[in-house]
Amino acid sequence: MSSEETHEVVVTVNGSVRSVRVPARRLLSDVLRHDLRLTGTHVGCEHGVCGACTVLLDGQPVRSCLTFAVMVGGAEVTTVEGLAGPDGELGPVQQAFRERHGLQCGFCTPGFLLLTTDLLARDPDPGDDDIREALGGNLCRCTGYVNIVRSVRRAAELAGEP
Amino acid sequence: MTTQWFGERVERREDERLVRGAGRFLDDAGHDALAAAFVRSPHAHARITGIDVSDALDVDGLVGVYTWDDLPGRLADPLPLLIPHPDLTHPRTQYALARGEVNHVGEAVAMVVAVDRYVAEDAAERIVVDYEPLPAVVGLDAARAGNDLVHEDVPGNVAAVTTQELGDAAAAVAAAPRVLELDFAIERSLSSPLEGRGVHARWDPEDGRLRIRTSTQTSTGVRAAVANILELPDVAVDVLTPDVGGGFGTKVVHPYPEEVLIPWAARLLDREVKWVEDRYEHFVSATHERGQQHHVRVGFDDDGTILGLEVDFWHDTGAYAPYGIVLPIITATQLPGPYRHRNYRVTFTSLYTNTVTVTPYRGAGRPQGCFVMERTMDRVAEALGIRRDEVRARNLIRPDEFPYDFSMTFQDGRPLIYDSGDYPGLLDKVRALVGWEGFEAERASPSADGRRLGIGLACYVEGTGVGPYEGAHVHVETNGRVMVATGLTSQGQGHETVFAQIVADELGVHVADVYVTTGDTRRFPYAVGTYASRAAVMSGNAVALAARAVRAKAVRIAADALEAAPEDLAIESGVVHVRGTPSRGIPLSQVAVLSNPLRYSFSKEAQAATQFASPADPDVAPVPDDDEPGLEARDYYSPVRSTFAAGMHAAVVAVDPETGTVEILRYAVVHDCGPLINPMLVEGQIHGGVAQGVAGALLERLAYDEAGNLVNASFMDFLMPYLSELPVPEIDHQETPSPLNPLGIKGAGEAGVIPVSACLASAIEDAVGVRMDAMPISPPELWSRMREVEVG
Repeated sequence: MSSEETHEVVVTVNGSVRSVRVPARRLLSDVLRHDLRLTGTHVGCEHGVCGACTVLLDGQPVRSCLTFAVMVGGAEVTTVEGLAGPDGELGPVQQAFRERHGLQCGFCTPGFLLLTTDLLARDPDPGDDDIREALGGNLCRCTGYVNIVRSVRRAAELAGEP
Repeated sequence: MTTQWFGERVERREDERLVRGAGRFLDDAGHDALAAAFVRSPHAHARITGIDVSDALDVDGLVGVYTWDDLPGRLADPLPLLIPHPDLTHPRTQYALARGEVNHVGEAVAMVVAVDRYVAEDAAERIVVDYEPLPAVVGLDAARAGNDLVHEDVPGNVAAVTTQELGDAAAAVAAAPRVLELDFAIERSLSSPLEGRGVHARWDPEDGRLRIRTSTQTSTGVRAAVANILELPDVAVDVLTPDVGGGFGTKVVHPYPEEVLIPWAARLLDREVKWVEDRYEHFVSATHERGQQHHVRVGFDDDGTILGLEVDFWHDTGAYAPYGIVLPIITATQLPGPYRHRNYRVTFTSLYTNTVTVTPYRGAGRPQGCFVMERTMDRVAEALGIRRDEVRARNLIRPDEFPYDFSMTFQDGRPLIYDSGDYPGLLDKVRALVGWEGFEAERASPSADGRRLGIGLACYVEGTGVGPYEGAHVHVETNGRVMVATGLTSQGQGHETVFAQIVADELGVHVADVYVTTGDTRRFPYAVGTYASRAAVMSGNAVALAARAVRAKAVRIAADALEAAPEDLAIESGVVHVRGTPSRGIPLSQVAVLSNPLRYSFSKEAQAATQFASPADPDVAPVPDDDEPGLEARDYYSPVRSTFAAGMHAAVVAVDPETGTVEILRYAVVHDCGPLINPMLVEGQIHGGVAQGVAGALLERLAYDEAGNLVNASFMDFLMPYLSELPVPEIDHQETPSPLNPLGIKGAGEAGVIPVSACLASAIEDAVGVRMDAMPISPPELWSRMREVEVG
């Protein structure tokens, strides 16, 4: 690394407390991907439009490419790696996207999985308009969103099953 | 009960890792690699009069700065001309780093390598390049005028002129009772996968090997080019394709400058080096497509039968032409669509401009050709006062006319002959699916919001599965796993799944026991790549053929072991057994053991293959002359020519006269790619294709200013559609097998995008009466055009 001033950041990621020393300008997306090696969070545009880098910050979806790592000290971050069950089984949102072919290349997928997780946490039975509202800010180039919407509906079903 | 995997909606093998965030994309490895950044030209056309790097040298963490002057040997030459053609009289390709001149905004001028990307960009910002601007040739009008030149030794900016002709089009048009002259244009766009390009290279000094990971559509192509340019033995260069976050054509170009520079730097520095394209770089240095202008003369009779068609068009190839003239050849040869032509002449001129180089983007010249043919059909219908669907019906090639020979040469250098199809069947289906017959009542019914309704239709034929070949290796391991390798690459199509389905059927195993690797030259070094809707046809048939060879060998070995006749054996659930006697069987895992005579056992099961295990014929060698050890086989599929898929789209739109906003109320797709390996995945391809088609018709364009600056080079300004902008297509399939390949399949990857601009133009014109001769169209443009019509 270069001789830039660095800062210690302590952050809870997927339930584990992690500590990193980073320059002030280092993006949360880079810390997650390259310092913590959680590469499931993808970077598609680096200007906050595509949403591939979406993570949950204290439960709220944020663009990790527009977030400096030094801003998240003390916060809780959830990435796609945190969506599986305790024994490693796929979570309902992950399972639904596989069942309904909600992904092709898989690059935008982590962002959509986290938006869906957030949506279902707020509204276990979202209508079509709710889904469009919740997912309408992320880009996918492969699916035309058709099966993404079907996957969200399926995720609501799976999450609602006992 | 035998399970049939072909045709089933099998969930994707790929998804287990991708939904966990455990995919391995280019930038998901090499965390400790050095990072590269590039200094790119801010000018569309300029001479480089000096490069001062001294200020960059102070940056802590800098490793190296490189310009063209630093490049050794063949790395200092222009990059390869990938597809030469006799008519490409003035081919020009770029240098890996600009040599004294830049020809588009974004052309790489210098490469910086540093400890990380932040530092590399710090240093790149401090490099001062002196430019002497030259006149920029931007857009086809400027290129055709030829007042200024992109390359001073290319007169008129003309890279190539080509003519192909069926019959005598000029005479047919001259003799026709009716003639129309028409002009049509399509603007420039780009593939824009969510993951940009990227390269990661590692030099292993002990082994003298270079390992390259690159987000490409052709790993073997990159390998051959890099080995040649860096003057390394082919066997010393491994190219691995990681998970690729979409390609859509732009990643088939190779080697991009970065794909030779990063491996070179890795070897030079003896360090891992990685470059990951950012979104701005993607807009200005990954290739574009689509910009063409067309002039049509069509002659027809009073029934609407096309008698002669003459098309001249002008293709914007951008600053360089590494991909030759494949794109305009595709337009020229796919423009005829599903119609019976007796007299067709097409001439195109490929022109250089000071903009990003143009190479195929999903659809690849076909959206333009389809737009020209389908808009022409609508104009013929209008001139005669007959229905748009009816004029098409009268010209469709009939099912009994296949094979249908156009006496032209297709994009693969092979004859343009449609192999099979049922176009009237498609037309019936699409009319039913969209509700064509009931539409006039729908239009006439008063709408509450004052919007105007229109219906449109467009038809296409797509040559798919182009050669020259693909191959595959199928290996049944002694643990029962079936390992499959094919050289072409994957960018989200689901090849690991569909190829596993094919092999599972051929070998009688469960699809979960088949493991497919694509795009790794270590596993399969002979391949072409993934483009032109060819992967399923080419590698699908190759894996089938290789699996059949494995099956034959398995049956032969099992017949010996079971003391049965080979023809009496079947393979089910991974067990070779005597038909009708499931208990008399041997698992494929054990057949794999027996296929490889052993000196040394490695497991209890493997003891059966050792030298004292069982009596053998003393006069027969353990591995006879015509045999090889191992339950494995390699085979290739190489077609004599392409197979032609087809489809038709129809749409109902509502146009708001106060805003020019177009809403797609219904979008119907009827598609024929032969037997479907996995309908769920084919439908996914259609969804994505239609999405890119709608984007290209209503939203996306690359906006260059007169100086050659791309003024919308970000996702904030380039309008890639979100969920809210796209329709949910209704899909119907027709399955007409191809007679050309063992599986009877045709390609499906690009089809969805091809007719969308033509279809929506037809529907919008039908709704509001504005002449739709050019696409895309934005709401303000449509609003203005509607005002012009009203004012008269």
